[in-house]
Amino acid sequence: MTDAKPMIECRDVHKYYGDYHALRGIDLTIKGGEFFSLLGPSGCGKTTLLRTIAGFEDISSGVVLIDGREMGDVPANKRPTNMVFQSYAIFPHLTVAENVAFGLRRDPRGKAEKAAAVDEALSMVGLKGYGARSAHALSGGQRQRVALARALILKPKVLLLDEPLSALDRKMREQMQVELIKLQRQVGITFVLVTHDQEEALVMSDRIAVMFEGEIAQLDGPEALYARPSTRRVADFIGVMNFLPAEILSHVGGTVTVDVAGLGQVELPEHQISRANPDDEGAMIGFRPETMTLVGPGATHNQPRETNATIDEVVYYGDMTYYDLRLDGVARADGKARTVRISMRNVFGRDVQEVGTRTRLAWSPGSLVLFR
Amino acid sequence: MAKFDAEARAGLSLIAPPFLYALVILAAPLLTILAYSFLTDGYLEIIRDFTWTNYAQVMSDPIVRVVMTRSLIVAMVVTAVTVLLAFPVAYYVSFVVRPERKSLWLFLITIPFWTSYLIRVFLWKVILGYNGVVNSSLTGLGIIDEPLTFILYNVNSIVITLAHAYAPFAILPIFVALEKIDRSLLEAGRDLGESRAMTFWRVTLPLAMPGVLAAVLIVFIPTIGDYVTPEVIGGGKIPMIANMIQVQMLALDNRPLGSALAVTAMLIVAVISLIFLFLNRRFLKVRQ
Repeated sequence: MTDAKPMIECRDVHKYYGDYHALRGIDLTIKGGEFFSLLGPSGCGKTTLLRTIAGFEDISSGVVLIDGREMGDVPANKRPTNMVFQSYAIFPHLTVAENVAFGLRRDPRGKAEKAAAVDEALSMVGLKGYGARSAHALSGGQRQRVALARALILKPKVLLLDEPLSALDRKMREQMQVELIKLQRQVGITFVLVTHDQEEALVMSDRIAVMFEGEIAQLDGPEALYARPSTRRVADFIGVMNFLPAEILSHVGGTVTVDVAGLGQVELPEHQISRANPDDEGAMIGFRPETMTLVGPGATHNQPRETNATIDEVVYYGDMTYYDLRLDGVARADGKARTVRISMRNVFGRDVQEVGTRTRLAWSPGSLVLFR
Repeated sequence: MAKFDAEARAGLSLIAPPFLYALVILAAPLLTILAYSFLTDGYLEIIRDFTWTNYAQVMSDPIVRVVMTRSLIVAMVVTAVTVLLAFPVAYYVSFVVRPERKSLWLFLITIPFWTSYLIRVFLWKVILGYNGVVNSSLTGLGIIDEPLTFILYNVNSIVITLAHAYAPFAILPIFVALEKIDRSLLEAGRDLGESRAMTFWRVTLPLAMPGVLAAVLIVFIPTIGDYVTPEVIGGGKIPMIANMIQVQMLALDNRPLGSALAVTAMLIVAVISLIFLFLNRRFLKVRQ
């Protein structure tokens, strides 16, 4: 899907608002045709970065290149990018067709050809026949489609999307996620999406840059990001991650032997060890809720390891049940029992276990990540 | 149903006092004027004979035509000057001034209202007059040898005075319209390839039009009937329609003719206002 040619390059990009350091040395290469996401909590600088690419914000230092061309003083209207705004920014004084045709003013094509292009763009986003409607008569989802058509009709090299789905309800959002992926494959344009929704980023992106406080904490594909987060903070931000205190016993070659509270001694190969992160208080072992299995009384399993635990809380979700477990041998932390969350799919014939039950947890060392 | 009646009664009794009040102070004088305009003028008395003569006289009298035309031209020029000057001010306050300073700016814009209209008009006479501030300082500095006459007791000085007096009335509605524009629309305009100037032309200005049209109406309607400024600044030599009505009504004691003049002027203003209201409706419809 993606070709190797870099479409957007950011080199040591800094942005200050007065004393506030909004972007702290962003180094980033986005490939042509890629669906790239900037993910992070609000105030992490992801929107600022998107706006510097679009040309709405000057950068304090560093270089931004789009398609190999330095963007330094190039104003927003001269950049090969188009944006879908968070508020969609549909012009209220124009009709749908006039909105879509807004950027075609200097297009040398004739009136009829332009009208045909507008129709084509509208049918691409599923709004065929909406051209004559006035913009204020549209629903949120329709406005977003108009914003998409208005940007894509100009055939930009990069489409920038600023939290485009945040104003939609859940059903509509999920539908639009799929449509956006399809659309991106169809047009082959590089998409850069800003979002604070980790699920959205995982679903849609080829690669994701997770940002905290103006810095990129990790840049990876969705699977790598989910399975091997590089820091505890990234792990915490993306999905649910359980943490247990661990003690490093030996470090021989690439293999680390750790003693994990409640789980015992495990040997971890290099790829299960995150980058050193000095902010963390001591070593921690992390694992995702779905990587371990609760084993009912008398049932068997094929995992190499087993741990005894007590069920502390049960949360029933219909298709899933979440269990909070107290593992034997895990010390209380801050006066509270330290629990781990395990998710189990409610397949036919498996009963939901009750609070207080003694149970067994089956797991494999391969699902653990060491943070140190 | 009983509850509704009670509510309706309560509502009507609430409306009644202001309604009566409005009837007495607004409708009654207007109806009186209308009635007078169809009566016949006699010496020192009004003869109660229905007649169209007053209107015939208003329509045919060349002086009325000159004065009415002058009033219209003055009001149009004042409106154009005021709105054109008010737009940049409103734009500056809305787009350049920091949000926490905006209310201070609006407050400062209303400062001229702290003194009475009459005093402000007199002050302009002091500024623009033969020995006024402008002329004496320019003569004193040796820039001119004799006082400028184009700002003296003429239509120009009336326009300057009125444009100043009505500036806040034009700034405020335009400011409100500009404030309502979602700033991301301007970024979208830039993003879609338009320069700042073209974005202003294609996005900001159309969206500010309801405010501009409101400003036009608010300035045009009172200026066309202004009495004080032509009287004081023009020295009574360049009357507008209000001055002419005053002369007919009081000095010449011809109330029927004065009333006919007043009704005609009102009709002209009403027609022009309706045209603007219609235009405004078209813009407003889009904004909803």
